Amino acid sequence: MSDAADVILKMENITKVYPNGIIANKGVDFSITAGEIHGLVGENGAGKTTLMQILFGLNHPEKGRILLEGKEITIGNPNAAIAFGIGMVHQHFMLVPSLSVAENLVMGVEPRKGVVLNLPEAVRITRELSEKYNLKVDPQAAVRDLPVGTKQKVEILKALHRGARILILDEPTAVLTPQETDELFDELKLLKDEGNTIIFISHKLNEIKSLCDRVTIMRAGKNQGVFNVSDVSEQDISRLMVGRDVILQVEKGPAEPKETILKVNDLTIVNRFRKNAVDDISFSVRKGEILGIAGVEGNGQRELVEALTGLGKYAEGDIGITGKDIKKLSIRGIRDLGTSHIPEDRMTYGCAADLSIEMNLIAYKHDHPDLNKNLLMDMNAIKDISDDLVEEYRILCSSPQQEVRRLSGGNIQKVVVAREFSSDPKLIIADQPTRGIDVGATEFIRKRLVTLRDDGSAVLLVSADLNEVMELSDSLIVMYGGKITAYIENASSITEEKLGLYMLGLESQGDDEIGRVCHD
Amino acid sequence: MSAFIDIIINPQFGYSVLRVSTPILFAALGALISDKAGVINIALEGIMLMSALTGVIFSAITGSAFFGLLMAVIVGGLVGLSLGYFSLNLKTDVILAAVAINMIALGGTIFVLFLVAGDKGISSSLPSKVLPKINIPGLENIPGIGPIFSGHNVLTYLAFLSVFLIWFFLYKTPLGLRIRAVGENEHAADSVGISVIKTRYIALVISGVLAGFGGAYMSMGYVSWFSRDMVAGRGFIALAAEAMGGATPVGSMLASLLFGFFDALSNSLQLLKIPYEFVSMLPYAATVIGLVIYTIRKTEQIRKIQERAAEAGGA
Amino acid sequence: MTKSQRLFEIYRTGLVILIALLLSLVIILLVSDVPGEAMKLFLTGPLDSLRHFGNVLEMMVPLLFTGLAISVMFSASQFNLGAEGAFFFGAIGAAFIAVNWNLPPVIHPMVAILWGGIIGSVFCGIPGFLKIKWGSSELVSSLMFNYIAYFFGLYLINYFLRDVNAGAMVSYPFAESAKLIRIIPKTRVHFGLIIAALAVVFTAVFLHRTRWGYRIIVIGRNIRFAKYAGINTDRAILLSQVLGGFIAGAGGSIEVLGLYRRFTWQLLPGYGWTGIIVAILARNNPIYIPVAAFFLAYMRIGADIMSRSTDMPNEFVAIIQGLIIILIAASSFLAKQRHKMVVKEAML
Repeated sequence: MSDAADVILKMENITKVYPNGIIANKGVDFSITAGEIHGLVGENGAGKTTLMQILFGLNHPEKGRILLEGKEITIGNPNAAIAFGIGMVHQHFMLVPSLSVAENLVMGVEPRKGVVLNLPEAVRITRELSEKYNLKVDPQAAVRDLPVGTKQKVEILKALHRGARILILDEPTAVLTPQETDELFDELKLLKDEGNTIIFISHKLNEIKSLCDRVTIMRAGKNQGVFNVSDVSEQDISRLMVGRDVILQVEKGPAEPKETILKVNDLTIVNRFRKNAVDDISFSVRKGEILGIAGVEGNGQRELVEALTGLGKYAEGDIGITGKDIKKLSIRGIRDLGTSHIPEDRMTYGCAADLSIEMNLIAYKHDHPDLNKNLLMDMNAIKDISDDLVEEYRILCSSPQQEVRRLSGGNIQKVVVAREFSSDPKLIIADQPTRGIDVGATEFIRKRLVTLRDDGSAVLLVSADLNEVMELSDSLIVMYGGKITAYIENASSITEEKLGLYMLGLESQGDDEIGRVCHD
Repeated sequence: MSAFIDIIINPQFGYSVLRVSTPILFAALGALISDKAGVINIALEGIMLMSALTGVIFSAITGSAFFGLLMAVIVGGLVGLSLGYFSLNLKTDVILAAVAINMIALGGTIFVLFLVAGDKGISSSLPSKVLPKINIPGLENIPGIGPIFSGHNVLTYLAFLSVFLIWFFLYKTPLGLRIRAVGENEHAADSVGISVIKTRYIALVISGVLAGFGGAYMSMGYVSWFSRDMVAGRGFIALAAEAMGGATPVGSMLASLLFGFFDALSNSLQLLKIPYEFVSMLPYAATVIGLVIYTIRKTEQIRKIQERAAEAGGA
Repeated sequence: MTKSQRLFEIYRTGLVILIALLLSLVIILLVSDVPGEAMKLFLTGPLDSLRHFGNVLEMMVPLLFTGLAISVMFSASQFNLGAEGAFFFGAIGAAFIAVNWNLPPVIHPMVAILWGGIIGSVFCGIPGFLKIKWGSSELVSSLMFNYIAYFFGLYLINYFLRDVNAGAMVSYPFAESAKLIRIIPKTRVHFGLIIAALAVVFTAVFLHRTRWGYRIIVIGRNIRFAKYAGINTDRAILLSQVLGGFIAGAGGSIEVLGLYRRFTWQLLPGYGWTGIIVAILARNNPIYIPVAAFFLAYMRIGADIMSRSTDMPNEFVAIIQGLIIILIAASSFLAKQRHKMVVKEAML
């Protein structure tokens, strides 16, 4: 397999240091052979995406060289990468929402009639390509109206239209339903049969096993080894990825739920497209329990969390926290009821990255009497409280005065969590609390959530990570299309397969069963 | 009141609206192009000022108004280019870079004027030329309409023609598609090998060229001299016009005409012995009010578009 | 910011100033017939007499106020450029009180400055209000408000305060009791310098040591985070614009009461724009505002002295100022060196 003659592309001794000092790649060697599907795995932050961005000309290494079919090449920008036949489908779609599929497809290589854009030709090209590779899209639809899976097809078509022979896919399944994933895998195998080479970035090991020929494993910016997929087990890969066996089990005793803290009644949220993003749902969360919300992203979870925390409005229904209606309350008012919120996107909502850890930790408490003396803030008290939190939450930093931007993802999330968990919360809304962070921080945060539950907080856990939501929750609800499709009172009693059916809306419990999630 | 109505229904007033709208329209189209590429260009004010002086100097040196115009437009394009260099290469915040350009333009034009004309206020010692007016045969003889639409400066016609040209450019050419793509989702454009920087450079140069026409019109059409700070905020008004026009060519034109209307009104009202200072305030006050009305109406829609973009771009 | 980063920023700023000065000298060399004389006056003119050095301190006063005003407004990430109009209109407000009212000394200027400050608050507050209420660009509306302030101000002066017996378009003379006292003999340096120093301390404490300042700074760095953390962002943004406007308006009042006998401005004085450079040089940090204001005042007075006795027009300073803004705000200026420094630190 790894016969030198077959090697189509080789990266040697790649080192990349970001301006904030983070070393993303340390002397990485990477090579792929023609016509294979090559898996690239590693935890978030292992340097997979950076390595591929270098290959696609979006990033430039401090050291190292790239060889294409034995010849050294320089990839200064995506244009150069495209010219070398390298195409990339990014994790975040690179599409212009207001333009049509055809316009997006030909963007940069537009067919012309004289000086004018030849749109009918663009539509024809799209249709032809879409039929050739069996990737079905409507050339004239505006991209913003398409479902995620279709957007991804547009992305793949875009790369193929530009003559890509080496296709990089950066965590393509993260946003897909299992069905869409199966469809994608069939399409990728078809592409491989036609002689294309595919680099498949993922951290889902079962996908690697079922799709890839070989796999390269990365950890902490270094290459840990290259294997034929048939020669290694998932456990082997996992050990190399994280350096030890993953402890996914969170040890926790049974929940002892007490009185209801959060009560949601007939809640309907209308989104910007005048659609019911959340459609007449009711549930409650009690003191001392973790209620998980499972579901494919985009089924109303974001809108629900925004409504619960005051970041968004809701049209109908009632939300009560500790018995008080929050409809008219400000974000501050809701927080003052004892609500804490770990936001889905820590860089957007969770912190001010340019400010120090200290300044981030006091965001909610900054006007608390403990931190103020008359008109002025008490800088000593702020320092004390920050030092304590940094130590308690094991935030790795040079000092609490360090800018948050310079921390790793896991430590930034610990700053968020330290702030949110330290205010004696009655209700914790944890939205993707461990997304994209290292195993150590993940374990730390999950354990903390259990401790807080045991100490009497009510926890609402929203997570797209099936493992997390199944392991951590005491009870589960499943959201699909803005509705609750199932309530599972004992989260450990359900299988992944069964949960998948609810998540995809293929099955739904009856109203009586779902209604049990409301405790009064 | 009747005197007021007399002013407005006079064809002379209509003529005057078109005349005073011209520089704002040029600059508003300049604002539009750069906005579509995702860059806010508040240097239009300074660019117009520099181009106005350039036109005067070069038409005086060569005796040719069209050569003056050519140089004014080239300078406009070059300043647009340098704004691009500052913001895209040096990564200076584009608003601050533009503030700097405006500052340089304000002081620099006086500096150069003093060196060339020996005066810090006005260029009357320079024998500069004006661009010709065009009478449109046939149209000029229609009563009521002719006096409004005929006999304008050649640049006034060019300004209104540019509305169509810019529309065609943005929506019907590959480069226009790229400019819109870069403005709406630069990562998307970048990922298919469209150079975001190059596209923005092109947009800024076109933006500067349009402002250059506006500046040349100020000193070689609107009046026949250069005086210090003669652009007097028209570049800023143009930004408001573009915003109010919903970032479309026709909308920008309509908003420019609205400001032209108030500008013309303020010129005419001075005849009615209403204090000059008070009247001079009108176009600026109208701009703020127009902008506020527009944003109140559009707040909802704009948010919708942005969230859509965020969803499509970040999903 | 770590210590090495701070040192690097100081080095970068110094280099920019050096480049700016070198460019000034090049311009002088190209334009002037007496370049030696012109350069000497430009660089050392402000030091050649107490009167000239006094001019620098006088010039510092308005720059301190507008620089502070803009750093407060920019700290909330609001591009409100209305300090110019607030400064001008605040001065007009103070002129009304100084001309028309009869108050004891000390009280009289205090009331006038307060009134000028309140007017400035309104002027910068309105664009802020329009922004938080409807999302109207504060940039565009504040630019329009500068012109409104200018024309409306002229209207008020010329129709309500104009001394018809004076030859020029000026107001009636200010009451003696309203004027600020001179504090350095043989110069025109007035008490406003001391008020400015207090304003620097006040603003520094306000921004970095109070909960209100904390909110403004958090909003400036990440408004969505501020909202999420429960901060009332609308209120804090408005506060920053109103406070900035107050400082600018009070600055305008102090300027006219300290230096003039009547209100004489027929043009916008431009300090609002220079204040932007002051704020940028000081990185919006009030503590560094005096250094930045001194540097710019020195350069302007040097240019004035030079233009009075040579053939060099002083407007070339505007070109230098523009260059300073561009280079200081240019994040990629010396970025390679900074990157090398970061790489070196990370590899250790």
